[in-house]
Amino acid sequence: MPFNKNVPDGADSISRRLLLKRIGALGVLATIQSLLPACAGRAIHPIPSVGTQPSALSGELIDLVINERSFTVDGQIGTAVTINGTVPGPLLRLREGQQVAIRVTNHLREPTSIHWHGILLPFEMDGVPGVSFAGIEPGTTFSYRFPVKQSGTYWYHSHSGGQELQGMYGPLIIEPQEPEPIRNDRDYVVLLSDWSVEEPDRILANLKKVSGYYNFQKRTAVDFVADARRMGFWPALEDYLMWDWMRMDPTDFADVTGSALVYLMNGLSPTGNWTGLFHPGEAVRLRLINAAAATFFDVRVPGLTMTVVQADGQHVQPVTVEELRMGPAETYDVILRPEEDRAYTVFAEAMDRSGYARGTLAPRPGMSGDLPPRRPRPLRTMDDMGMGMEAMGRMGMGGHEHKQSGVIQGRQQGPGHLPLPGHAGHDHRPDHGTATTESTASGVGMEWVRHGPDDHGLGNQMIAEYARSRWMEPGTGLDQTERRVLVYADLKRLTPMDEWREPERTIELHLTGHMVRYLWSFDGKKYSEAPDPIPLRKDERLRLVFVNDTMMEHPIHLHGMWMELENGAGKFLPRKHTVIVKPAERLSVAVTVDAPGRWALHCHLLLHMEAGMFRVVEVAGGERHGPS
Amino acid sequence: MRTGRPRPWAAVLACFVVCFVGIGLVSDAGAQPSTESPVLPPIPPPPLLTNWPSPVHDQRPYLFTLIDVLEYRPAGGARPGRDDYRWDIDGWYGGDHHRLWFKSEGQQDTAFKADYDVDFQLLYGRFIAKYYDVQIGSRVETQQFRGRNVTRGLGVIGIQGLVPYNYELEAALFIDQGGHVSGRLSLTKDFLLTQRLVLQGRFETNLAAQRVERFTTGAGLNNLEFGLRLRYEIRREFAPYVGFSVDRSFGETAALVREEGGNPSQIRFVAGVRLWF
Repeated sequence: MPFNKNVPDGADSISRRLLLKRIGALGVLATIQSLLPACAGRAIHPIPSVGTQPSALSGELIDLVINERSFTVDGQIGTAVTINGTVPGPLLRLREGQQVAIRVTNHLREPTSIHWHGILLPFEMDGVPGVSFAGIEPGTTFSYRFPVKQSGTYWYHSHSGGQELQGMYGPLIIEPQEPEPIRNDRDYVVLLSDWSVEEPDRILANLKKVSGYYNFQKRTAVDFVADARRMGFWPALEDYLMWDWMRMDPTDFADVTGSALVYLMNGLSPTGNWTGLFHPGEAVRLRLINAAAATFFDVRVPGLTMTVVQADGQHVQPVTVEELRMGPAETYDVILRPEEDRAYTVFAEAMDRSGYARGTLAPRPGMSGDLPPRRPRPLRTMDDMGMGMEAMGRMGMGGHEHKQSGVIQGRQQGPGHLPLPGHAGHDHRPDHGTATTESTASGVGMEWVRHGPDDHGLGNQMIAEYARSRWMEPGTGLDQTERRVLVYADLKRLTPMDEWREPERTIELHLTGHMVRYLWSFDGKKYSEAPDPIPLRKDERLRLVFVNDTMMEHPIHLHGMWMELENGAGKFLPRKHTVIVKPAERLSVAVTVDAPGRWALHCHLLLHMEAGMFRVVEVAGGERHGPS
Repeated sequence: MRTGRPRPWAAVLACFVVCFVGIGLVSDAGAQPSTESPVLPPIPPPPLLTNWPSPVHDQRPYLFTLIDVLEYRPAGGARPGRDDYRWDIDGWYGGDHHRLWFKSEGQQDTAFKADYDVDFQLLYGRFIAKYYDVQIGSRVETQQFRGRNVTRGLGVIGIQGLVPYNYELEAALFIDQGGHVSGRLSLTKDFLLTQRLVLQGRFETNLAAQRVERFTTGAGLNNLEFGLRLRYEIRREFAPYVGFSVDRSFGETAALVREEGGNPSQIRFVAGVRLWF
């Protein structure tokens, strides 16, 4: 099964030769090594996983079996939900234009489901229990059938409870009908994920009870002494007191951290050291997939640059970077050119710096690259609050009290909007509440937009007094580096859209939450408080504006339809299935509403979704397509 | 985007309409053959969501029990040679908005209670403001007074939550069967020395509107207590601690405590464990 038609020789023959060499040891072990029964896991030491990739399945009929098995990572035994017996599940390799039937058999004691992430298909096949179908009951088989109408790197995962955090995910690659404009000699899936021996329900319960449960990087007296030395006693005290006053934690970058998670690359822990082989001078394609349930990864290969050629399965104009941030569910295809005859580390550090996944690209098996020095955990700033010093300066309210109490003071000032000077183009914008607004204005620009009077009620801790676009920013923790980091502004589709169709309607959704009580919602209402679908009209052109009122990044995923990320790229807006919305950000996407049915729209942090940061949109009208 | 709340009246109305129309259609079915062309089959309605499970489970209840204080206090009060114990437990069962709270405190030989004093509260709590639950319910208090056990029931209304600067606040008003009104306010705050070494400051005061001799409370300010407890979180849920408390009662309360053989002004060292599950 050649990975790439463009490559006549090279990659496949070599990896095949290797596989043949190890047919007994590796060929068999490779497929099962990531999932070993508890007893075997103890007996067998982690083996170097040279060139291993999830076993591939293709064709028009694919059978997947869901099971529960014990899974050992670094000597710790947990229970995994597996697809065909492995974590991650098998690589599904489909071809654009084919029909596929995928039979999923549930051998669990609870219902399950599989969602084909980023795939355009009839909504009954989308795999979200309670939205597109009833779920797959224990002991039953559900047949997914759909035509494959796109190409690129995707993935699939359970959409039931905490199963995704228990290992139920796998890569999905669709080969294009036309040859790809990408030249590569090697082609590797690099699927990143997070794994815990703790049950997902237990993790959520811990967070509901003590929301800082997993954060062992809080600010302490020791940090205060260091900061007082650096900044001076009073400024440091003022800063600490400000955060305390707000009842917020500036170190909150991940709800679940390396204290409870092991970060995996292709199912292997950092000690497992997944390895991909290359010959110096070859072009190596990595299909990066963030299949983590709770983790943003910052990915780099020290010593090499990465040329991003696909984002979320869609071709983009090549852009060369040294590091990129991936939200849960995002994918990037990157091309690397290792010239030296040495091992390179593929390093995927968790955004909160509490851990990492790693693998090695090496010219020969058995090598391992150097680990780069770890970076300190970042801190939230005024920027993440939607009340920057800069903004206050511009607003002429940089006074001392405002520094401490700006958020609340602003909120109490009530309705009315305040266009900020120095931002031409939109000197008059309506107030942005939470209501659906009809608008023909162009996409979200660079201006700071003042929050409306609605503070989204009890379920929302604070609001971003001023939200603005942040797609030109690399994100907190990557903004201090000299490295060239991918920003959303870099993403431009390869071929321009045929025509730009201006959205006729705008729906604004606020991402809301309460860190102290661990509540997550849209517009202050969790799903059970707003279960009615958001009505969309078939064939309308819609602008979705996401305003992040929380102090965390949220990867927002729309099922069934592309989101064209309005990042200033004109006719080259990239298509995404999942977009990161940064704290205090106002980000917009354009959607051509072309898929009838009910679709989920949610935060792809699994626990945020499970806590209620979830909505259903319903596209009415037009003809429903039947299953295939 | 705001989606409407379910409107029961609308649903009822819709049912009636559907029923009448349905009956009409059924009764007409045989009489009038359809004249519509069968070329375009109608779009089948999407299956009903009601038979399906919820896509997410955001209404799950949880049970939380915090044993904030469970401690041994070596002798040092009014009665030399007598060690004693103290506890302070609270917790809840419920979801994000509605919770059933339970609380219990037990103490002995403090500046406020000379003999043992145990209380238990059962409260309904509702998430009412961004950081606060309002609580309403009942409390039973048992105390030893002049060698006899005395018990009373009280009604409770209180507020619990997190005030600015991250202080945990618990404030309650109590009224007993005899109409005697009292109140309690406590504030605690955690200072992180390291990620696992935490210094907890604890302040508590009791007040009463009337003198209730049997429960050794005078009118006015009953006591002020300030404590520091240094704990080490071996796990988040399990943290042994050592500390001390400075406790002092005032006025009539001090006189009653003294009468009972207690010491109205105490500094006590404590060793205990903080647990939650």
